[in-house]
Amino acid sequence: MINARITVTLKTGVLDPQGKAIGGALAALGFAGVAGVRQGKVFDVTLDHDDRARAAAELADMCEKLLANTVIEDYAVEID
Amino acid sequence: MRAVVVLLPGLNRDRDMIAALRTITGHEPLTLWQTDTQLPARTDLVVIPGGFSFGDYLRCGAIGARMPVMRAVAEAARRGVRVLGVCNGFQILLEAGLLPGALMRNASLNFVCKTVRLQVVNADTAFTRGYRPGQVIDCPVAHHDGNYFADAGTLARLHDANRIVLRYAEGTNPNGSTDDIAGIVNSEGNVLGLMPHPENRIEPAHGGTDGRALFESALGLVSA
Repeated sequence: MINARITVTLKTGVLDPQGKAIGGALAALGFAGVAGVRQGKVFDVTLDHDDRARAAAELADMCEKLLANTVIEDYAVEID
Repeated sequence: MRAVVVLLPGLNRDRDMIAALRTITGHEPLTLWQTDTQLPARTDLVVIPGGFSFGDYLRCGAIGARMPVMRAVAEAARRGVRVLGVCNGFQILLEAGLLPGALMRNASLNFVCKTVRLQVVNADTAFTRGYRPGQVIDCPVAHHDGNYFADAGTLARLHDANRIVLRYAEGTNPNGSTDDIAGIVNSEGNVLGLMPHPENRIEPAHGGTDGRALFESALGLVSA
């Protein structure tokens, strides 16, 4: 089994109104000095085999085809 | 002309769309389910209605765009069949790669449900020839993710090829959409996606009939 973590974040330059609202809420809670918040998604994916090279290719393909919208999002894959 | 409405779990404007097509054409449109892999013979217009397909899970339209029925829709679009996506239907067309760009959370973070003014920027498409160039119409919007985004190169291409078909009229942009974009077509001009709901503006009981010409155009009911 291979466990992988995929992190999807908005590309630099893409406006993130949700991140902005979260930053505002942090300020409202008294957290001073938050210069910015960008929000994203995390996917923990478990594969039923142990082939790390195959896993890297499969996970990148999953990101390209579904998990990230590469028009607006970047992704990073970490394999345990 | 034969119109077909795509049905996916979580869409909720399908009945409005079917009613609009019935009212305009005088007969019942056919429907397709997510697992269908073929369009009915002689389909002229495929309509993907609004709603929240698959609960907007992952991203709006992301799951719907990857259902088997969308492969058939994409194949039909390549053959020149007209495809119209409204609201979630527009999001699905973007996620399916049939139109460029993405629809993001409204800049206000609020769900907007109101009537906006739309300008018909390009009245020379299969979907808008029933309008006058520059005509401003009333049309309802109801969405949380209608904030159109595309990179600068894509925006320039859309602009240069006159593919921005509908814009929110000045001062009425409800969602922060780039360049007030409300609707775009593909480069071949046979696929239109828009956030507003013309199907909810087709008979006097709706408070106006401004949306009717879009369907009459798409169905070939207005002379070119």
